[in-house]
Amino acid sequence: MTPRNFLAAAVLAALPLSAASAADYPERPVQMIVPWGAGGGTDAVARIMASVMQEDLGVPVNVVNRTGGSGVVGHAAIANAKPDGYTLGLATVEIAMLHWQGLTDLTYQDYDILALVNQDPAGLMVAEDSPFDSAQALLDAVKADPAGTYKASGTAQGGIWHIALAGWMLAEGLEPTQITWVPSQGSASGITDMVAGGVDMVPSSLAEGTAMLDAGRIRALASMSAERQDAFPDVPTLKEAVDSDWTMSVWRGIFAPKGLPEDVKARLTEAVKAAYDSPEYQEFMTGRGLGTIWVPGAEADAFIAASDADFGKVMKAAGLAGDD
Amino acid sequence: MSVYFDALSLVMQPQVLLVIFLAAAFGMFVGAIPGLTATMATALLVPLTFFMDPLPAIAAIVTATGMAIFAGDIAGGLLRMPGTPASAAYVEDAYRMTRSGRGAEALGACLFFSVLGGIAGTIVLSLAAPQLAEIALKFSSFEYFWLVLLGLSCAVFVSPGPPVLGLVSLFIGLAAALVGQNNPAGEARMTFGSIELLAGIQLVPAMIGLFALSEVLRYYVRPGGVSRTPPVRGSILRVQLGNLRRYPAQALRGSMLGTAIGALPGAGADIAAWISYAVSKKFSKTPEKFGTGHVEGLVEAGSSNNGAISGAWIPALVFGIPGDSITAIVIGVLYVKGLNPGPTIFLTNPQMIYAVFIVFLIANLMMLPLGWLAIRTAGTLLAVPQRILMPIILVFCITGAFAINNSVAGILIMLAFGVIGFVLEENNIPLAPAILGLVLGPMLEENFVTSMIKADGNLLSFFERPIAAGLGIAAIAVWTVPLILRLLRGARNRNEAT
Repeated sequence: MTPRNFLAAAVLAALPLSAASAADYPERPVQMIVPWGAGGGTDAVARIMASVMQEDLGVPVNVVNRTGGSGVVGHAAIANAKPDGYTLGLATVEIAMLHWQGLTDLTYQDYDILALVNQDPAGLMVAEDSPFDSAQALLDAVKADPAGTYKASGTAQGGIWHIALAGWMLAEGLEPTQITWVPSQGSASGITDMVAGGVDMVPSSLAEGTAMLDAGRIRALASMSAERQDAFPDVPTLKEAVDSDWTMSVWRGIFAPKGLPEDVKARLTEAVKAAYDSPEYQEFMTGRGLGTIWVPGAEADAFIAASDADFGKVMKAAGLAGDD
Repeated sequence: MSVYFDALSLVMQPQVLLVIFLAAAFGMFVGAIPGLTATMATALLVPLTFFMDPLPAIAAIVTATGMAIFAGDIAGGLLRMPGTPASAAYVEDAYRMTRSGRGAEALGACLFFSVLGGIAGTIVLSLAAPQLAEIALKFSSFEYFWLVLLGLSCAVFVSPGPPVLGLVSLFIGLAAALVGQNNPAGEARMTFGSIELLAGIQLVPAMIGLFALSEVLRYYVRPGGVSRTPPVRGSILRVQLGNLRRYPAQALRGSMLGTAIGALPGAGADIAAWISYAVSKKFSKTPEKFGTGHVEGLVEAGSSNNGAISGAWIPALVFGIPGDSITAIVIGVLYVKGLNPGPTIFLTNPQMIYAVFIVFLIANLMMLPLGWLAIRTAGTLLAVPQRILMPIILVFCITGAFAINNSVAGILIMLAFGVIGFVLEENNIPLAPAILGLVLGPMLEENFVTSMIKADGNLLSFFERPIAAGLGIAAIAVWTVPLILRLLRGARNRNEAT
């Protein structure tokens, strides 16, 4: 699509919709707050969402990065904004974890959730020269050898992939500290460290290891999801590999401050849905190896409630929850 | 050979060339605004690249980032407001040159040797990317620990004046680096209950405060003390050929070392520029001139800095590992465009890879005329009288500190560090080592702690891996050899005296 065609399409697409929504909303630019830095995965999802949503809404949707405090700053900025539909945010799974750590009182209940738009299950990856050729072999070794023999990395202490691994250990009846966690800045540095011989495994999402998987430097042993992932059809689920029901995933969604007027909420949900269905969004997510899900409104509340409870259980058992 | 022609024909399309030009102008604009970084420029481009073909999309990012990083040097040279931690390595020299009427030469050197380093890095990238990426894969936290320690050691060598004052400054930076929750244990340290401080002391506001605000403060405390800066006049680029003739080894060494360090995903342009500056001073015939407005360090660190930016593409293209925050974004774009990074990209899609290299060269060459124009334009800023210029700089400081994270906390950090910078300079304590401590402190801690966790507390493990052992011995030698030499010399002198 040439830029001119695209522009024409965008204008055409915007016309009937702006006529259809009877209310004045939106009549000025919308701000989308991202609790993480420019250039990261969350930022990328927000920017592609915003650029498609603004065609639909007919006003600019500006992405604003409000970073810091493990995501507290940005998530608080979304919750504390005026619920007029002019401030949205891309909330991430951390909103279900931060309050357990005692870093904030905010929970998912402080938001009007428009929809969840992305979900990526945790995986289990080892280096190409690792002695383990299956999740079962790895689990047997972990059970047989003393605690701390094996090391894993892929995120900060208490981060999502750490909890994924600790939760799996708990589900197997082991101590959550059976595998020593080596904190890292992110899954990319964790995977690099694993290839360099620093750690034994990385339980981050398989998408984050795509290049190294393709290069044959690392192997995927399992996906911590209920079903196999479309992008990785050969990787068994944890259920298939070791008969464990443990699942864990990251998710992201479009949130608004609590108390959005019903018509504005309906209009925004419509815009988010249109953006989600757009080929731009779908291609972008597939291209980056990110999983797409569509979980709107009340379903999203239930989904997050379950996820939130899971985190509470694991984080308390693993000693990663705050004092309160 | 036909692959090269295919690649060339891919690049030589009006659409591609137009995109390169527009992206260059965009990058120059974003980079010249204090507080807006090259990373921000790249992030802003991503939604646009979505509607482009693969090559123009990558060309836009390559060009805009290169340009934005150079444009950050302009504010550094004119207003002492470094755009990146890497350019903080030589900001003092560039600024002092501007103050003594050699602004055109200083900024020209930033430009010319950035271009040179960028081109050298591109050549290395096109010849040896897969091999270098293999080496980068051998680096784990043990190796990075020693590399960061080597980088930190530079603080003592780069600071003018007595080393002990450099150490004082370094420890102030290290202490500030302790703040926040980004430590291996994930514990909030010295945040005093502030949510904003959980993220730690933000680097860009601290840098703007230390260097630029302290200069503004000095002007208002002692209005006569800061004399008017002479306007930027004279040749910008022609004198650089003379500099190249005088310092060819420095330019080459800087480019190569920069590319090599840049290729390590855990290191990057920041460490590269500082190590190169220190190497340059160490081997210089006139080390005493460093930090007083001497172009030699600019030549070497400037080449190194841009070599590192090209180097960061090596692990990104070969293994999809981001070398810095910019390539992290680029990798996402590569995937979306179906150019999945991996060792096979060089086999399956060679004309595309070579086209990307050609874009690198064009982008670097385009920096010369555009950069020249930007220097001329920005140089007129200094024609403004001091009493008007100082409030303008203050406004730049505040907007820059705010823009980096859209938060007021950035302004407060900037103000606090402005006062610290002022006090330090009044006591002849150099500022650069503090920045180094702030940048490298968290990396040093993280690599030390994670290494200790992996090795179950066995300190000897820092020497068990071959590369780590080599780097470790180098780092220890840097500290002990001068001491031993001095002791020996002292002993000999005593013997001769008796």
